[in-house]
Amino acid sequence: MRIAEVVKHFGSVIALDGVSLEMRPRECFGLLGPNGAGKSTLIRSIVGRVRPDSGQILILGVAAESAAARAALGWVPQELAVYPRLTCRENLASFGRYHGLSGLRLQEAITWCLDWAALADRAEEPVNRLSGGMKRRLNMAGGLIHRPRIVLMDEPTVGVDPQSRLRIFEMIEALRREGMSVIYTTHYMEEAERLCDRIAIIDHGRIIAQGSKDELIRNAFGSRSQVVVRLADTGDRVLPWIEGHGGRSVDGTAQFTVEQPGEIAALLQAAANEGHEVLDVSLHRPNLESVFLHLTGRELRE
Amino acid sequence: MIPAIIRTALISLRRDRGALALSFVLPIAFFTIFAVIFGGRRDTTPKITLLIVDEDHSRASQRLIRGLENEGSLRVFPRPAPKNGVEQPEYTAASAEAAVRAGKAPVALVIPQGFGQAPISFGGERDGAAIQLLKDSSDMVASQMVAGLLQKVAMTAMPDVMAEQGTRVVDQYSGGLTAEQRRRMDEALSFLRRQQANSGAGGGNAGDTFGGGIIAVKTHDVVGENKNNPMVSFYAAAIGVMFLLFTSSGAAGALLDEAESGTLDRVLSSRVTMSSLLAGKVCYNTLLAFVQLVVMFLWGWAVFKLDFWSHIPGFVVMGLTTAFAVATFGILLASACKTRAQLGALSTLVILIMSSIGGSMFPRFLMPEAMQKAGLLTINAWAIDGFTKTFWRDEPVAHLWPQVAVLLVAGAVLFAIAHRLSRRWEYV
Repeated sequence: MRIAEVVKHFGSVIALDGVSLEMRPRECFGLLGPNGAGKSTLIRSIVGRVRPDSGQILILGVAAESAAARAALGWVPQELAVYPRLTCRENLASFGRYHGLSGLRLQEAITWCLDWAALADRAEEPVNRLSGGMKRRLNMAGGLIHRPRIVLMDEPTVGVDPQSRLRIFEMIEALRREGMSVIYTTHYMEEAERLCDRIAIIDHGRIIAQGSKDELIRNAFGSRSQVVVRLADTGDRVLPWIEGHGGRSVDGTAQFTVEQPGEIAALLQAAANEGHEVLDVSLHRPNLESVFLHLTGRELRE
Repeated sequence: MIPAIIRTALISLRRDRGALALSFVLPIAFFTIFAVIFGGRRDTTPKITLLIVDEDHSRASQRLIRGLENEGSLRVFPRPAPKNGVEQPEYTAASAEAAVRAGKAPVALVIPQGFGQAPISFGGERDGAAIQLLKDSSDMVASQMVAGLLQKVAMTAMPDVMAEQGTRVVDQYSGGLTAEQRRRMDEALSFLRRQQANSGAGGGNAGDTFGGGIIAVKTHDVVGENKNNPMVSFYAAAIGVMFLLFTSSGAAGALLDEAESGTLDRVLSSRVTMSSLLAGKVCYNTLLAFVQLVVMFLWGWAVFKLDFWSHIPGFVVMGLTTAFAVATFGILLASACKTRAQLGALSTLVILIMSSIGGSMFPRFLMPEAMQKAGLLTINAWAIDGFTKTFWRDEPVAHLWPQVAVLLVAGAVLFAIAHRLSRRWEYV
């Protein structure tokens, strides 16, 4: 799949600002960004529900709006896009027929989806009687009924409890074992780190970095580590000191990067010299959250 | 506290256009419609079409016809309208009956040969041949009105005829104006006055014979004579269509639910296109509406003895075309709205107005002419006309073509507009 210079405006708002991506076969590609960054618009452009103002999207070499592309793509929307009064089986049958399945192929696909989503024992249950996690799993299964080659999952764990989230991760890992390619959007850094081979960080409709997790961290921080210092004082009084030592004030803590552990002692000495009481110090390997913060100056969940 | 509650409610009402329309526009629209129909606006009161057949060609019959022609509430036709500029022959008893049967006029009068020899019926006597009043009893007003006007015209437009026949009566009974004969003459005249007072200005009694009036009239139900329950088929169609419109717009609202939940997006990301989706919805809503009609008419058959089984072909044709038209109407309303609430308000407003002027609430023949014509813009009017032709007039299926054509074309146009409006869901 190849996305080249895609631009989309909604009125005066730029939702996608020249997005270019390339996805490799059988990989899980993460789109990481805060709410409103343009993740869903990009996904909807890929499945043909949003028509870009300019740029090109090719799915397995064909245009995104073509019938061949529709057959190759499976979309799991962020909303619970299922028929609430129909049972799980009836929902899957409907979506299967919309994709042109019938007869034995449809029945096999339904059985596979119910097993994959661990809903076989609830197959005859109307959706409005299922738990939130089960509805989410059915929502995912609905996007896979026609066994697409590429699956697009738009924040599939929104509003899901931790146990159900783990189950969803296992489902996605099972898909990968079956050889499907997955595009996974999230604003949860841990999900991207666990599931994705490569990640694109998107903000304000632009891809600001892409690569594997290690590549993103290396490009942003090199071999530096992150030091988080908690001070007794917060706010304006300590801000000049933090910025004076190349740090950032985040959530009431001062965050710095250091090349050598020895730099930590110098940092603490400087705090003492300026009369700032240090309550706590910790040393971290930078993660995707740190990368996003480093690149945008904001946290992922802002 | 109370002003704060009122203020909050007012702000909410002001921002809810649907509720505003239901609160103010709908009552005003209904008030206007009812006021125009029943409010006594005489300049727009509907005129009754009266076909007249003069088999007598006497001075009395001509006087009577002229008197009827001068009545402002009647439109008297002694012959059909010219065809391609060619004058048509006068109605005969048979052709007038056929015209009433076909619904071209609600009533026809046949003045039989010999009427002029003794036009006035004294009391229970049947001196002259009685005028035949051929009526379509689905229009309960027209025949009563014509019968009354006939008696009025006899009193006001035929004084010389009455005097002439009166003299003959005098000659017959008195043989000369002796004192005794004068007394008997006075008795006869007072009898006449009593009869006039009894029949009243609008005259005419219901029943087979309007024999209590000045002129003897025999009525004949040309349409509906053998019907078990004459108005049931009308109301089955009239009420049925109105509720079909409501059901259809409700069912079409599923489109809005699917758009809101994201299901519509998912469906449109599959092989399903907007055109096929709308076509599928129209097919479903058509079937739903048709089944509703079947249930309604079966109920009419079971409970009100509606003659359903002998009209199956006409019912199927009218049922399916009506169902198609209301289904597309529902899809159009849903496509024009953004939310379920909006659809609820708009459909209530539009359907109630359509139903009132289209004849679902009261027969269209009661309405002023302008409103009868406006009613032709509604699905209700064409559907009711078609069902009336089938169940009331027993017309063959081929005669339904104007109603079928209008409903099919209307359905196609509504579908095209709905398709255009629903393009907003196709892509963003």
